[in-house]
Amino acid sequence: MNIDLIIGIINIVLIATTPLVFAAIGELVTEKSGVLNLGVEGMMLVGAVTAFVTLVLTGSYILAFLISILSGLIMSGLFAYLVLILMSNQVATGLALTIFGIGLSSMIGKQFIGTPIQGLNPYFFIALSFAIVFGVSYFFYKTKKGLIFRAVGESHSSAHALGYSVIKIRLLGILFGGAMCALAGSYMSICYAPMWQENMTSGRGWIALALVVFSTWKPNRILIGAYIFGGVSIMQMNLQAFGLSIPGQFFNMAPYLATMIVLVLISSNKLRIKMSAPASLTKPFYKGR
Amino acid sequence: MSEILQINSVTKTFPRVVANKDVSFNIKKNSVHALLGENGAGKSTLVKILYGLLNPDSGEILYNNNLLNITSPSDARKKGIGMVFQHFSLFESLTVRENLILGIDDKISYSELKNKLKDISARYELPLDLDAPIITLSAGEKQRVEIVRLLLQDPQLLIMDEPTSVLTPQEVTNLFKTLEALIKEGRTVLYITHKLEEVINICDYVTIMRNGEVIDSCSIDNQSAESLATKMLGERLGKIKTDYSNVSEKINFEVKNLSCQFNDPFFTDLKDINLKVKHGEIFGIAGVAGNGQSELMDILTGENNKIDTGKIIFDNKNIEKFNPKKRRDLSIAFVPENRLGHSAVPELTLSENILLSQFPNNNFINKGVIIHKNIENHVNKVISQFNVITPGSDVKASSLSGGNLQKFVIGREILTDPKLLIISHPTWGIDAGAEFSIRESLINLAKNGTSIIVLSQDLDELFEITHRVSVIFNGTLSDSFETKNISIEKIGLLMGGHKNV
Amino acid sequence: MFSYYPSIIVRGQPSVLMNIFVPVIAVLLTLFTGSIIFSLMGYNPIFALYTFFISPISNAYGVSELFVKATPLALIAIGLAYCFKNNIYNIGAEGQLTMGAIFGGGIGIYFYDVNSFWLLPLMIIVGAIGGAIWGMIPAFLKIKFNTNEILTSLMLVYIAILILDYLVVGPWKDPDGYSFPKTRAFSESARMPLLFQGLRVHFGLIITLILIFISWFVFSKTMFGFQLKVSGYSPIAARYAGFNQNTLIYLAFAICGACAGIAGLSEVSGPIGLLYRDISPNYGFTAIIVTFLGRLHPLGIILASLVIALTYLGAEDAQLFMQIPQAVGFVFQGLVLFYLLGADLLVNYKIVFKKNI
Repeated sequence: MNIDLIIGIINIVLIATTPLVFAAIGELVTEKSGVLNLGVEGMMLVGAVTAFVTLVLTGSYILAFLISILSGLIMSGLFAYLVLILMSNQVATGLALTIFGIGLSSMIGKQFIGTPIQGLNPYFFIALSFAIVFGVSYFFYKTKKGLIFRAVGESHSSAHALGYSVIKIRLLGILFGGAMCALAGSYMSICYAPMWQENMTSGRGWIALALVVFSTWKPNRILIGAYIFGGVSIMQMNLQAFGLSIPGQFFNMAPYLATMIVLVLISSNKLRIKMSAPASLTKPFYKGR
Repeated sequence: MSEILQINSVTKTFPRVVANKDVSFNIKKNSVHALLGENGAGKSTLVKILYGLLNPDSGEILYNNNLLNITSPSDARKKGIGMVFQHFSLFESLTVRENLILGIDDKISYSELKNKLKDISARYELPLDLDAPIITLSAGEKQRVEIVRLLLQDPQLLIMDEPTSVLTPQEVTNLFKTLEALIKEGRTVLYITHKLEEVINICDYVTIMRNGEVIDSCSIDNQSAESLATKMLGERLGKIKTDYSNVSEKINFEVKNLSCQFNDPFFTDLKDINLKVKHGEIFGIAGVAGNGQSELMDILTGENNKIDTGKIIFDNKNIEKFNPKKRRDLSIAFVPENRLGHSAVPELTLSENILLSQFPNNNFINKGVIIHKNIENHVNKVISQFNVITPGSDVKASSLSGGNLQKFVIGREILTDPKLLIISHPTWGIDAGAEFSIRESLINLAKNGTSIIVLSQDLDELFEITHRVSVIFNGTLSDSFETKNISIEKIGLLMGGHKNV
Repeated sequence: MFSYYPSIIVRGQPSVLMNIFVPVIAVLLTLFTGSIIFSLMGYNPIFALYTFFISPISNAYGVSELFVKATPLALIAIGLAYCFKNNIYNIGAEGQLTMGAIFGGGIGIYFYDVNSFWLLPLMIIVGAIGGAIWGMIPAFLKIKFNTNEILTSLMLVYIAILILDYLVVGPWKDPDGYSFPKTRAFSESARMPLLFQGLRVHFGLIITLILIFISWFVFSKTMFGFQLKVSGYSPIAARYAGFNQNTLIYLAFAICGACAGIAGLSEVSGPIGLLYRDISPNYGFTAIIVTFLGRLHPLGIILASLVIALTYLGAEDAQLFMQIPQAVGFVFQGLVLFYLLGADLLVNYKIVFKKNI
């Protein structure tokens, strides 16, 4: 175990964990406003493929990321319309979004599988991911607008009684989540892989969802949790180097088990659950009532 | 002394009820003005109009001699009208500081806020820990946050809706001190309450409302608890037709020393409740809403079977730990207040709703399988015997009118031939015809030996059908009196919390 | 000059007609959108829709394949109906399916050289138990610790998949398998018998139809089904009626888990006959769409499972004949659910046009 190996591992972990941070911080903002969007995986994939295809067709990295974020906004916008205006069931709509996104991304990317591209240096994005997390944290805890946002997530009826527009705030939260998930996907297809493969996010979207819960909906904890999860999965791939003979799958299970434990801990205590989960999560808002 | 508020002929109607009818009175500056009345008197409608949550149909309001033209609470706040609600609108997971900021319309810096707060806390004795999350505060402290939130915007008129309903006696004293300080500074308080002691002790003027109209508006100086009680309730004699000849002397149902603490400011703790009901007797429990009726109802029906101390005795058994099904097995029937979502499921048909109430002597189920034919027979019996107007038994409960659904639910319970029926607000929100028929059904049921306990806010109803009545106030039940011997004044005093009657 | 704007108001009574109509509307809208998508991609929309929806079932083999695909969907969906009727969001069916395959398949692997009539029934029962146990974990956590079942059941999906992964490449790996990630094959008697010569449709279909019929009976004629319904509509009324809501939660999860477990076992013991890594193309999640599309009703679920199964088959054919990636099936599934959820509004609300003065 020498210093080069350690630096190498840290490097890999940073690069590999960044998509998780983007997706999780995006979903955290959505959930903070009181909406559960299970479509993370689908939005990441659509973001990945649109970025990749745009890059191949136009050669412009900037355009690629912009189009990708736009696709995230459209997908999450569709979700927002169904859930906020038509008041459809959030769980089912989110699942539909993921299934749809998996299919749509495969269709769009079909001809481009295996097309080589010049990958982009990931370090800008790694820094960006940290910046966004700190920015979200600042927004929530040090600005009035962020405070209003959190209030909507806690009690949409009280926020409405105070005169704040619940629908507008939730819309913004959902759109931000969509943009971030798309960014996570585009990072993967342009910086991390870099290539397009069907289903290339391989479940990272679900880990991001777990991560939001694991971090008890607090932005800075997303970083801690993401790097624990990411670190664990990297370790899993290099178990021989660490001289461990635990099967890799059990390492990969750790994030999910840890999240369940956290869930149990915060739910069983009335005080803790109030201080953690946005109380209006998944409750639809009926303006007329 | 000039008037801060002049209310002139304000009328507000809703689909089935005239909530405010030609309401006129004035509020003098620098006073504590009480708004007194039972539930349904029209107080909350009026206050919602003052705070911009509703618009009157006609009439006008002058605020400081100018026409009050507001369309939202923030408008009201800008004009200097603030309101502290009975059920706080605070965000539990956020801190005191954050809740205060959310309630303020203008921008304010943290240091500015801290300074203003220091000032307010000192002036009105309202200490607050800015960084405490709301969920860790007591009810009194939460109310303090609400009041401070109000004061930060420098209101001239403060409206307080039943402010002492969630406070401990000590907290009540503190609140009164605060109100005194507010008045000294030149502000005005509109104080909504049903508690006579408070009106006498701290208010300068009182406006009494009943059935949407103003009965009287006067200074406290010449009033006593008795006179207020009489004004609040009006003349209600002459409808008593209760027949005492079928009431036996044997006790059928008894509650002894029942106490239950809920550790939640929005639930009224029950303290040492005692009552006895005889065979064939209709026993009424009167009281203004929010004094423990629903908590007591849940305990009587068994939906809450975890009490702290006390016994419920029926049929020589202690049944306080029995759940609803076990109580039905003993032939106790019950009808809670809410038709939609409690005693009946709106999305289910009438036939299906029969099954909610399972008694041992019915034959609807055989080894877990529902026998639809037997249910059909039964539901048709209910419909015809209780005159439920419905196209059929397979319509959804939600499509029935309130009165018909209530007739159905009560009919369902009565046809089980219960030994005891416990019913809460039997004729709330239903038409006169159904009202009449339901009361007749109850009287007939009692004639056959069934004991009935009726919880109701409708004094007319209680006077009409009960043999005995007692009053619940703040979780305590008064001694019971024979209805034929009670006076309006006495009941009003009990409802208003007056202890020495 | 007047203009009208749409305004949404609540209906007095949920529209029964709309309840049946809405899935039909959703399917039609999906077809319409699908034809647009195909046109945009440069294909003749009629030809594409034909390839997708008609040609897969144009022969006996195709119809049999439809039932092969529809069977696990319908089975899981009917199990989910128990949960959804009780207003419980069990999205962990995929994990319960996996556990059923592991438990039941494990028996098959243990008795790989036994050929006897009792083997398959035992595997089915054990598979059901495995799925039920996995399903009861979120139930237990919900009742004991008040944890949200959406998140717990979801987490358990990935844990189950990883357990399967571990077993298949680890302790249960086929010793004669040349390090291919699969287990030993089950014995002949452990395989689901085929129903017709030459077609892949197997006994699982019969099991599914029986369970659906039983469920229809439970939902419409038993007290248990009634209690589930009441508890889903109004927990307070259920409390008034004296129903034990904790028991209902356990049973709903257990039954759903058992159904998913049997479906999982059928998937490995039917077509393939051993355990491997990716036993289910997302059936556990797709079944949720089937349950919604079928309006939680046994007959609806049967029809809905056929429609969704067709999207799987159509996707395969589309790939074969039109080189469209198979994932287009998911696009259709997502679209159908979107339209369904959107049109669902029409059941409880109606759109009224008001004059803009």
